[in-house]
Amino acid sequence: MNILVCVKQVPDTTEIKIDPVKNTLIRDGVPSIVNPFDGYALEAAARIKDKNPDTKIVVLSMGPPQATAALKECLAIAADKAYLVSGRTFGGSDTLATSYILYNAVKKVEELEGAKFDAIFCGKQAIDGDTAQVGPELAEHLGYPQVTYGLEAEVDGDMLKVKKEVEEGVEVVGVKFPCLITYTKPAWDPRYPTIKRKMAANKAEIPVLGDDAFPDIDTTRIGLKGSPTNVKKTFVPQKKTGGVKIKEEDNAASAKKLFELLTAASII
Amino acid sequence: MEAKTKDLWVFVETNEDGTAKNVGIELLTPGKMMAGKQGGALVAVVIGSGADEAVKAASEHGADKVIVVDGPEYKHYSTDAYAIALCTLVEKYGPTSMLIGATNNGRDLGPRVSCRLHTGLTADCTALDIDDETGNVAWTRPAFGGNLMATIICPNHRPQIGTVRPGVFKKGDVTAANAEIVKEDIHVADDQIRTQVIELIKEMGGENVDLEGAEIIVSGGRGVGGPEGFDTIKALADTLGATVGASRAAVDAGWIAHAHQVGQTGKTVGPKLYIACGISGAIQHLAGMSGSDVVVAINKDPDAPIFDVADYGVVGNLFEVLPVLVDEIKKARG
Repeated sequence: MNILVCVKQVPDTTEIKIDPVKNTLIRDGVPSIVNPFDGYALEAAARIKDKNPDTKIVVLSMGPPQATAALKECLAIAADKAYLVSGRTFGGSDTLATSYILYNAVKKVEELEGAKFDAIFCGKQAIDGDTAQVGPELAEHLGYPQVTYGLEAEVDGDMLKVKKEVEEGVEVVGVKFPCLITYTKPAWDPRYPTIKRKMAANKAEIPVLGDDAFPDIDTTRIGLKGSPTNVKKTFVPQKKTGGVKIKEEDNAASAKKLFELLTAASII
Repeated sequence: MEAKTKDLWVFVETNEDGTAKNVGIELLTPGKMMAGKQGGALVAVVIGSGADEAVKAASEHGADKVIVVDGPEYKHYSTDAYAIALCTLVEKYGPTSMLIGATNNGRDLGPRVSCRLHTGLTADCTALDIDDETGNVAWTRPAFGGNLMATIICPNHRPQIGTVRPGVFKKGDVTAANAEIVKEDIHVADDQIRTQVIELIKEMGGENVDLEGAEIIVSGGRGVGGPEGFDTIKALADTLGATVGASRAAVDAGWIAHAHQVGQTGKTVGPKLYIACGISGAIQHLAGMSGSDVVVAINKDPDAPIFDVADYGVVGNLFEVLPVLVDEIKKARG
């Protein structure tokens, strides 16, 4: 069983602050982390490997050279092999262009590994862009069926049984290999790396697939110029100013006051 | 592809009983304005099974035309069947723009369809406009956990597509239904649907956690203190006919299922009334509920950031405030 997990290195958005004077994002000094949803995808793959020890987990990331740190973390946690896609011509890609590059990368890594991937796991979305589009778009390029909002998966013969979060609860969806699954946050925490794995990961060589790695790629479909969407402007949202504060002599009085205000404004 | 018309499409997602999901009808409101500026018709696209109610709702809320694909294969949403149907329609009619509700299914379908059509998609928009000069849609959406807003355009590919957050736009008033109804027969064979639902494990108590469609949400956070604390939250929710939400802290502590989580790693909501109880208001939580019309916050800490976004803020103990509030509401409603 071969599983490819796609990961992205992202700024820890919980650490992002707004410059109060210039009203812009302060990104300096914000730590880079493995996108948490990709961590859940890796954990889902690791759980399959727990039950099926002959599973091979390969991680793939697209990003600047520093993204090797994210890949090493994945190697330390559960992955067996890592590849980085990094090139100047890939910069500025929107989700469609990114998924097209990743599609080419999947084909290339399969060639280098000498085996096809049975399943491709992605996080539901990256916490910087929050689009949730690259996974399904990659599935479409590959022509694979997809299941989104996965929580965990288990192998059942020639198919994967995926627990998927839906409004009514959890749905179990069956899908044949090869397929692509995107993962959301499950009820458990992903495993931590062991010291031994950490040391091995630090020493691991991570092959880089650069601009020249994909001779057949259609260069009109990559990078800023190959992206159908582009950012026209960005701005910091206006902060809503606080409304009425209620603090009466005791909690019961505060509750009554709140009720009065809400009824007077026809809110309830 | 090239647009064949100046029409703007709204994809109206259906429930299994053939009614329309709220967001599809909501999107007809900005859709009307945008179609007007683009100089085309407002077209609702309904895909479902026995979806007459959804067609009627779209027709009564301003659609000039409703294209309907009705068949048993569309009763339960599947990526494959819906993507085939929607792409077939787009290729036939060539709209210039398309809005899709950013529900779980909408966000599953949107990228699949836009990739197949080789066009741009903007996710989870919270504001929509048309650029007067070019006629391009200006799609505005939050990024970086709500810290930044970005306006995106898709200048050279058609249709320009966006998923739009539920609850941001309001349903228009009901008008006489005089939309032209066009039935399209698109049949998807069983073997073209490559996923199958094996089992549905309902949420405890069989309740349906439809946070995205909820009109009122009562949410609990760290201040709720434990799973039993959610009984107090639930009591208010039941009284108001509201859905129970939760912050990440409460979900991470295991007090309530993740399906209830509101915020960046949970659901994005836009109810008429959002009551945050014992929630401090981390930016990730605010990102998920800032589309609410009215926000009420109840928190012991007078400096909690949630008060910065609350229209009504009660500084106090939620366990003493909520029961009195429940009594007052019950008294008033007899």
